[in-house]
Amino acid sequence: MDILTWTYILVGATFALYIGIAIWTRAGSTKEFYVAGGGVSPLANGMATAADWMSAASFISMAGIISFAGYDGSVYLMGWTGGYVLLALLLAPYLRKFGKFTVPDFVGDRYYSKTAKIVAVICALFISFTYVAGQMRGVGIVFSRYLEVPIEWGVVIGMCIVFFYAVLGGMKGITYTQVAQYCVLIFAYMVPAIFISMQLTGNPIPQLGLGGSLADGTPLLEKLDGVLTELGFAEYTSGRKGMTDIFMITLALMVGTAGLPHVIVRFFTVPKVKDARLSAGYALVFIAILYTTAPAVAAFGIYNAINSTSEKNISELPAWISTWQKTDLIQVEDKNGDGKVQYVADPSTNELTIDRDIMVLASPEIAQLPNWVVGLVAAGAMAAALSTAAGLLLVISTSVSRDLFKTFKPEISEKKELRIARIAAAGAVILAGYFGVNPPGFVAQVVAFAFGLAAASFFPVIIMGIFSSRINKEGAISGMIVGLVFTLAYIIFFKFISPEINTAEHWWFGISPEGIGSVGMILNLLVCIVVSKFTPAPPQSVQDMVQEIRIPRGAGAAHDH
Amino acid sequence: MSNQSQKMKAYWKKNLQTLTVLLLIWFLVSFGFGVLLVEPLNSIYLGGYKLGFWFAQQGSIYVFVILIFVYVWRMNKLDKEFDVNED
Repeated sequence: MDILTWTYILVGATFALYIGIAIWTRAGSTKEFYVAGGGVSPLANGMATAADWMSAASFISMAGIISFAGYDGSVYLMGWTGGYVLLALLLAPYLRKFGKFTVPDFVGDRYYSKTAKIVAVICALFISFTYVAGQMRGVGIVFSRYLEVPIEWGVVIGMCIVFFYAVLGGMKGITYTQVAQYCVLIFAYMVPAIFISMQLTGNPIPQLGLGGSLADGTPLLEKLDGVLTELGFAEYTSGRKGMTDIFMITLALMVGTAGLPHVIVRFFTVPKVKDARLSAGYALVFIAILYTTAPAVAAFGIYNAINSTSEKNISELPAWISTWQKTDLIQVEDKNGDGKVQYVADPSTNELTIDRDIMVLASPEIAQLPNWVVGLVAAGAMAAALSTAAGLLLVISTSVSRDLFKTFKPEISEKKELRIARIAAAGAVILAGYFGVNPPGFVAQVVAFAFGLAAASFFPVIIMGIFSSRINKEGAISGMIVGLVFTLAYIIFFKFISPEINTAEHWWFGISPEGIGSVGMILNLLVCIVVSKFTPAPPQSVQDMVQEIRIPRGAGAAHDH
Repeated sequence: MSNQSQKMKAYWKKNLQTLTVLLLIWFLVSFGFGVLLVEPLNSIYLGGYKLGFWFAQQGSIYVFVILIFVYVWRMNKLDKEFDVNED
């Protein structure tokens, strides 16, 4: 069977599975809609969190980014996993004990203020929207590349699927579909990686293959360093960015991860505080499987790409190059007319342009794997995009129905609240789909900054709310605003107002806009502490609540008090 | 001060000690070995890996996983010891 038939079969089968699960687990109450009834096992929640977390970008683009960035790509690997340590140790167990449904819920109660809650809702909505638009776009791209339908149609089909199970099933439906999606995506990622690792290094475990040796006995990484330096590129294993910048970007990504509302909310779905801790551990195990494989896929990919093209006759290039040339993801241009491909660092003489997404999307073809593996990778990429989109849509609908509607109209009935949540989810799907079809130019850039903004706004306020009973609402509100405004201003200045001076010598202390969230976070903390010191302590009831959430006993199910 | 609240203070103190130790290791393997000390460590080899590079792209992630499970184990023990566990 050809690639297209296999892709239709595998993508179709996984979609049928997701819809089946959604019908089977549909939500009947607000509690089921918001937190899956609070009865999800730590293992299932860990898997769902991993699928929720790993987006189309993790699946499709991350390995390719590392291929071209080498050591500098470590910021994503450490940043997007290290955040789970912070989440498990500093946030998840306490927020679970607090026992409500959303992050703005916590901020509103802990800082006894509607203003603080509204600021938190706005942050949550902003972060989730920028993120979800990127996911819908990812769904569209996968559809158009593999199923040969226009991107717009791809987005619409993706919207219908997400609409179906997010609106119908709420958190309960999403959780169990995410478990299935995790299995699909990890299988799809590992199969080509294992085969390529075998072919190149003889070791079936990609994590070991990366440190292994090629057929001629030279270690892969040493060979890669040599090949790249010869072509005029920097060494694969050494950094090109400044150390301060690497440090700050990693920190911003870690803290941002721990502050993302769609990740935090997953820890409200388990029965106990104990389960929240354990479930963060499982989540990181499931994430680490992909994140330790990605650097191997990255190095194998760039090695294979150079090896099969550099100084080769254009007429004798492997078949996958001409396949992907059709999608413009690979471009070959014989500038000096010698009939061979020169891949070099100097853009004026370089004849080969490779899009970063190739490293994962074309990996089955590069490794000459059977056609069904190509279909599997397509299904895996869809699973990654859909699971993240669904998790984000839920945060958006919860924010609207619960954090906005219920704050101002506390008397609405549960049935009505559930209906509003579903309407909000539907609205969010349509809006996200619109942005997927007509992406505003800034979406891709803003997604990367969602982390910095989460780091600079949520994280310090939640941490201080748990670990200090003295921080009050004045401190929290001014901290969030200072952190957010500072980070946003720095990013807007360098990315949109004066992009021409967005270079290391103009940045403050060599910190790029990607890493500035770390500074925003520190400012937020300082302002929060200083302002709290000069304003009255929080009321006794709030201080008691802080003592209460520090002790696991008596968590019970997430409740509505 | 009541006996109970003194006990809770001791529980919290032990919790904070655990956090401090685990977060120091967290910082050391990622920001320490993977970023600040990456160049000196790169002169040491681990199979085909330079050690600093290995910490940045592999090792730190493995340690993160271990840290969370150590935390889970340690807190479950503390919860029982101070009788604040949930079952």
